[in-house]
Amino acid sequence: MQSSRPGPILLILATAVAIFLLMPLIAVIPVSFTPARFLSMPSGALSLRHYQALLDNPAWMQSILLSLRIGILSSAVATALATMFGLGIWMFQPRFSALLIGFVLLPLIVPPVVSAMTLYFLMTALSSFNNWIGYDTWLGVALAHAVMTTPFAVVLILVALFQVDRRIDLAARGLGANLTTRAFKVIIPNIKFGIATAALLSFVLSWEEIGVTLFITSVNAITLPRLMWMGLRDNIDPAIAAISVLLILVTAIILALRIFIDRRKATDPQ
Amino acid sequence: MSKSATSRKILLLAPLLLFLGLAYVVPFLGVVRWSFTLPETGLGQYVAVFTDPLVQSVFIRTLRICLIVTATSLITAYAIAYVWVRGNSLQRALAEFCILVPFWISVLTRAFGWLAMLSNRGLINTWLQSAGIISEPLALARNEFGVIIGMTHFLIPFAVFPIASAMRSIDERVLLAARGMGSSRTRTFWTVFVPLTYGGLIGAALIVFVFALGFFVTPAILGGGRSVMVAELVYLRIFQSPDWGLGAAISVVLVLFIGILLALLRRFIKPAHMVG
Repeated sequence: MQSSRPGPILLILATAVAIFLLMPLIAVIPVSFTPARFLSMPSGALSLRHYQALLDNPAWMQSILLSLRIGILSSAVATALATMFGLGIWMFQPRFSALLIGFVLLPLIVPPVVSAMTLYFLMTALSSFNNWIGYDTWLGVALAHAVMTTPFAVVLILVALFQVDRRIDLAARGLGANLTTRAFKVIIPNIKFGIATAALLSFVLSWEEIGVTLFITSVNAITLPRLMWMGLRDNIDPAIAAISVLLILVTAIILALRIFIDRRKATDPQ
Repeated sequence: MSKSATSRKILLLAPLLLFLGLAYVVPFLGVVRWSFTLPETGLGQYVAVFTDPLVQSVFIRTLRICLIVTATSLITAYAIAYVWVRGNSLQRALAEFCILVPFWISVLTRAFGWLAMLSNRGLINTWLQSAGIISEPLALARNEFGVIIGMTHFLIPFAVFPIASAMRSIDERVLLAARGMGSSRTRTFWTVFVPLTYGGLIGAALIVFVFALGFFVTPAILGGGRSVMVAELVYLRIFQSPDWGLGAAISVVLVLFIGILLALLRRFIKPAHMVG
């Protein structure tokens, strides 16, 4: 093992890459404290005005709440559909499994801009006969996000299912368990972490989705990324730096904790 | 199989298939129809895709940027993936942190981070100016350079996962055998280790290239309208100069191109590798 530890050249290269990966996330921090109204490095005095702006302008809080609502609904739909589909594939091993899986992965493989156009078509079609779900409505955005995130949920749940030992299901079957019992009492408890990860990833992907959202919203359904986008194009609003710092901090803390816990588990067995 | 088992199988599989069929495949066929009917019925939009000099120049720029970005993200991903897989415990934890934090942060925040780094009043230009190295800010963002930097940054984690997965599956004994036969560390790395990761490298190249092709947000923000890529062109054709037919035709061509690419390289694709 010792022979293949990274040598000095690789370590220097990897450090450079690590700095490259983290730099833009760190650069946001000083910008968020600039006293100026435009994107700039603070020179001298620091200011909290852009954090204050997040609290003062109700648009930010509204968009955060809207994104939460859309994320929860779309993640629930995507996870439920993906779990059922995964169970179907695993329990029945249908003849065209590979083809079926390929089919449900389509929104992942097709370029996002094409998916965006496709969902734009869907939303305008839906809007022509109802006011609830369609172009520029929160339910429409949740539907579109569910379409986009389902493939990721399917991949995670299938990965979890393929690690389950088939013999426990056979044993349950041999003991006379019916399909519902096998699914709920035997298989789902064994993939609950996979399902939870799928739900979390679906939520995060919806929470930060911008490509499709841009095509299917205009003035009513302003999600957080949509609001950030509006402040990013021409005159850059440093309030975006403030919200970015908060988002980066939450992500970094959660991941650092997870890695720390993983290492602890790995180093002391029991 | 009994009748009730068949009906239960359908009960489990059908909801997602129906959902995606109705909410994705049918509307895509609608987009295909637009490409043949807007503004008038015929193949006019496809002729435009392959002859219009503006569209052509955007396609060529997109291909150029995608190839550069594939190369830059593969090389950088390889270095950090190596430390992630083969470093000591602390190195592995640090590498994992540096790979996963950007991965979980939205493309918008990351593009904004690069603006904070590269723009005229950003970190780099402010430092260089206050140190007296330059008098005028360097043009680092709002051009193709900014787009390449931002896209590489976005795509590195996606390249790391298949590469790291290939590195993990290497049998340690093969490397020990090479060392035991008197091969130097450098030679073992280049003639044994790297060739054993070709599969992961090809998978990574494919994922990065396909993702880069449909990229929209990063070029739109870091290119500042001066370095339009094909995905942004679709957006502009639909929302700025309403020309839905051309936008639809470009979309169909993109899908066909990616379909052919994936069919050719089918055996290197492992969906499980994409999520680490």
